[in-house]
Amino acid sequence: MDDQLKNGEHTGTSRRSFLKKSSLITALALTPDTVIKAAEKGIDEQIASAIETMPLNVTINGVKQSVRIEPRVTLLDLLRERLHLTGTKKGCDHGQCGACTVHVDGQRVNSCLTLALTTEGRNVTTIEGLADGDNLHPMQEAFLEHDGFQCGYCTPGQIMSAVCCIREGHANTPEEVREYMSGNICRCGAYSNIVDAIMDVKQGGKKV
Amino acid sequence: MNQFSYVRVTSKESAIAAMAKEKTAMFLAGGTNLVDLMKSGVTSPERLVDINNVPLATIEETKTGLRIGALAKNTAVAENALVIRHFPLLSQALKAGASPQLRNMATVGGNMMQRTRCHYFYDSALPCNKRNPGSGCGAIGGFNRMHAIFGASDKCIAVHPSDMCVALTALDAVITVAGPKGERKIPFGDFHRLPGDTPEQDNNLQRGELIIAVDIPFNQLSAHTHYLKVRDRASYAFALVSVGAAMQIKGGNIADVRLAMGGVAHKPWRLKEAEAWLKGKPATEENFRKAAGMAMTNAKSQGGNEFKLTLAPNTIVEALKTAAGQV
Repeated sequence: MDDQLKNGEHTGTSRRSFLKKSSLITALALTPDTVIKAAEKGIDEQIASAIETMPLNVTINGVKQSVRIEPRVTLLDLLRERLHLTGTKKGCDHGQCGACTVHVDGQRVNSCLTLALTTEGRNVTTIEGLADGDNLHPMQEAFLEHDGFQCGYCTPGQIMSAVCCIREGHANTPEEVREYMSGNICRCGAYSNIVDAIMDVKQGGKKV
Repeated sequence: MNQFSYVRVTSKESAIAAMAKEKTAMFLAGGTNLVDLMKSGVTSPERLVDINNVPLATIEETKTGLRIGALAKNTAVAENALVIRHFPLLSQALKAGASPQLRNMATVGGNMMQRTRCHYFYDSALPCNKRNPGSGCGAIGGFNRMHAIFGASDKCIAVHPSDMCVALTALDAVITVAGPKGERKIPFGDFHRLPGDTPEQDNNLQRGELIIAVDIPFNQLSAHTHYLKVRDRASYAFALVSVGAAMQIKGGNIADVRLAMGGVAHKPWRLKEAEAWLKGKPATEENFRKAAGMAMTNAKSQGGNEFKLTLAPNTIVEALKTAAGQV
């Protein structure tokens, strides 16, 4: 999305002015149904307002962010493409792998299926917000200690999910951990070490 | 994803009003299915009405049962003490579905509204009467391992993917919906449809109506319940076959019983004939096996899913045995 906007700026043509100036034929070729219907009625202002950005105020890792985004931007894309918090990973982008797991108001969710606008007024925590300055979070330490990863791509999601797994009270046995970590896929197959890391943190009793 | 306009509402009245303004508008709750369908180009609403801030997430005891607000999250319902005490089958079914992350997002109403996971439905390059009426059904004669053995038509053999709905069907839940003309109630078994000639209609919700709540009447079945889900991996997969079983057992005899299946039809599949036959009989494996056979009377294979003709009755028997405490 941002790329398209930037490209528009580079050519000196904003989306709004493009829509206002373009002929109906161009609009038919390039724009969605709403725009076509509206353009047929000649109400350009309404076209523009229908697809333009909306304000979003959300606290991310303790920092208040005020941005304008298109409604179709997911929380994952907002984090990565707009705020450059690239610790949260895009795996499947369909809610099947868990690489994009973040906390919204303390609950673990798939940020790829969360439209960013639905987080208005909420608190989002990403992997970047887990450590206390230079001191790693106990779960991060445990993943290092137990080799809870190989390639590392699923790791931010695994760690964010693992923290909630303990907070929710679902880390009492290795079997329970496996069930409650089922939303995080690891193609390298580091599962046994991930379970060890979580059990270690749970049994260590440190606050997560 | 196609562009769309977005409006956030805070009351059911404003939600219903916002919906009426745009023909292709859709309600957005947890978004776990809708956002995915929009990414895949299966669904392209021109307006989303975000109902997440509408106060409909309460779970409360009424005189006759429990009332669960349509926006209660799947996790909240599964872990609710009243639900676990009165309707453990519902909690078990919810925990068998999706992942913890998705259950934190998904709502009760959205779970009812979720669409089939048939690959032909999701892939817009392939024919699908549900996605594109009249284009044909790729699954008939195609890759149909996951598909229906009950109630399919020559237009569609897709199955409904929900676990929660299997439990709510078994528990005789009643849905309350609100629309421009006011509220109405829909018995759970009448909510979802069989495909017939109009597989594009998953359920009987009318355009512009909003699911408000689901009521579950108290019963005597909470001591013996089990939700058994058979799938391709141990967790986080859709059901090949699932069975929700709940019984009241008195002196070894079945005083009351409810049975419903998932993964076998276009709607959660209640086994009322088998229930009626089991009532009053001893809770034995032999009787469970006979009831399971009865439940399979009209089952039909599509080829790739022939294994379900064996798996389904075996799953019924295992679910009943476990519910009865015989495993």
